Amino acid sequence: MAKIDSAFFNLGYLDRLSYLDTPVHRLDPRSKLITSLIFIFVIVSFHKYEISMLLPFMLFPVSIASLGEIPFAYLAKKIMIVAPFAVMVGIFNPVFDRGILMHIGDTGISGGWISFISIMLRFILTISAVFILISTTGFTGVCLALERMKVPKIFAVQLLFLYRYIFVLIEEVHSMMAARALRSFNGRGMGHKVAGGIIGHLLLRTIDRARRIHLAMHCRGFEGDIHIMRAMKFRPADALFIVAWSSAFLCFRFYDIPGIIGKVTGGMFR
Amino acid sequence: MSHHIVEVKDLFFNYPDNIPVLKNISFRITHGESVAIVGANGTGKTTLLLHLNGYLVPASGSVRIGDFPVTKNTLNSVRRTVGMVFQNSDDQLFMPTVRDDVAFGPLNLGIPPEEVEKIVENSLTRVGALGLKDRPPYKLSGGEKKAVAIAGVLAMSPDILVMDEPTANLDPRARRRLIRLLSSFEHTKIIATNDLDMALDLCGRTIVMHNGEIMADGTTKDIFSNGEILEKSQLERPLVMQKCPVCNSEY
Ligand SMILES: Nc1ncnc2c1ncn2[C@@H]1O[C@H](COP(=O)(O)OP(=O)(O)O)[C@@H](O)[C@H]1O
Ligand SMILES: [Mg+2]
Repeated sequence: MAKIDSAFFNLGYLDRLSYLDTPVHRLDPRSKLITSLIFIFVIVSFHKYEISMLLPFMLFPVSIASLGEIPFAYLAKKIMIVAPFAVMVGIFNPVFDRGILMHIGDTGISGGWISFISIMLRFILTISAVFILISTTGFTGVCLALERMKVPKIFAVQLLFLYRYIFVLIEEVHSMMAARALRSFNGRGMGHKVAGGIIGHLLLRTIDRARRIHLAMHCRGFEGDIHIMRAMKFRPADALFIVAWSSAFLCFRFYDIPGIIGKVTGGMFR
Repeated sequence: MSHHIVEVKDLFFNYPDNIPVLKNISFRITHGESVAIVGANGTGKTTLLLHLNGYLVPASGSVRIGDFPVTKNTLNSVRRTVGMVFQNSDDQLFMPTVRDDVAFGPLNLGIPPEEVEKIVENSLTRVGALGLKDRPPYKLSGGEKKAVAIAGVLAMSPDILVMDEPTANLDPRARRRLIRLLSSFEHTKIIATNDLDMALDLCGRTIVMHNGEIMADGTTKDIFSNGEILEKSQLERPLVMQKCPVCNSEY
């Protein structure tokens, strides 16, 4: 249990990173959010066998992470944790798509494997962009940026609450799991049946808590709108950030940069 | 200043499952009084407090806060007058940072942001938690959470403070600090608690509840030295009023 917490939900560390003060952190949350969304959109727009043209996009996460002082080891770890999901999505491609698309030496590579690699690449790119966005902006910042950009308020607020109470929930899960482990002997009582009971109980407790939070909000004058004071300032640097990166993305999208480099350096990719 | 008065008259209440929880509760608390509501777990202290800000509605009987009976129409002014501090601070600190949380109430009241900024600073200073301003609530200790929750309530400038077991789950040091803080407030205070030592320190008057009824209502000193009442309501005499276990002399 402690493992899941430290690896998967090490949100505390994410939060701490967001308090750093670097040029990237100082940008307006909205400009980072917009740029990241464009980045993801462009990556997703490639056809499914694309590999080489995805490579230049590495420039974005790599440079933002280093400017924003986000440790690469940390990023890599986060990506590894979520990677199984992407593998699950892509793993059937090599099975179904067996047509040979290219040769390396004498070995034929099937379209399935190429699209699998393409999926993994896109996955790494987009997930790292999301993690970098959150660790340089803070989850709260991202939610507030969403709200300022006219995403329905209820959605932004729900994300905020999710983030606030996930810590409380994890703690509750912890203590219930510990209580179970302490009273189970020879593995008895550790099965699915009991786990189901725990989940049900957790659900009830969560509903109860939601009611109490709602009450606490009403006690302090809540009437349907959440107001948060946070000055956001969109400066010229923000506009420059968006425009520069977006043009780079478009350039990477429509010109085969690795191909051009290959030609220039004497045809490594023949 | 009649709006600091809390008056409960012939109050009955039951939850939807129809077992009566509060029976024939009547009391009147006047301006500036500090009153402890004590009683074993499950006697209905929390349920009673929730009537004082109109969250629960009596099955029969009435609650008056100051000049208003608590009804749907007066709910807003009642909630502004009565500040509630909940037992579990996590339920009360729902915003991303301490500052946002303390600002929540005043912003809802429509106070302009520059003004709110000042209110936030003042309230946090009063509870000695100004240094926590930019921290997210989940990183605070129990005592710090409680202090911030109180700041959030003070920011609405209520006349009456209602607290549900404020010292539960606090370590002795945090508890001491909280008691000192509370004793510095001039608000009318209503504190549900099982911490009789705190009641003795803070509250001149104590209401003892047992099985949803008021069993005794009087000065704290009288009640806590009455063994029969304490016995019947399953409470224990405060430590400072017990015989010294070492030398066996009276307090
Ligand atoms: N939401 C609820 N629904 C039904 N019964 C409740 C609810 N909340 C409390 N009760 C019952 O009401 C009684 C009084 O509870 P409570 O006011 O929380 O007591 P106290 O705060 O003194 O410990 C208990 O018997 C409890 O089981
Ligand atoms: Mg209670």
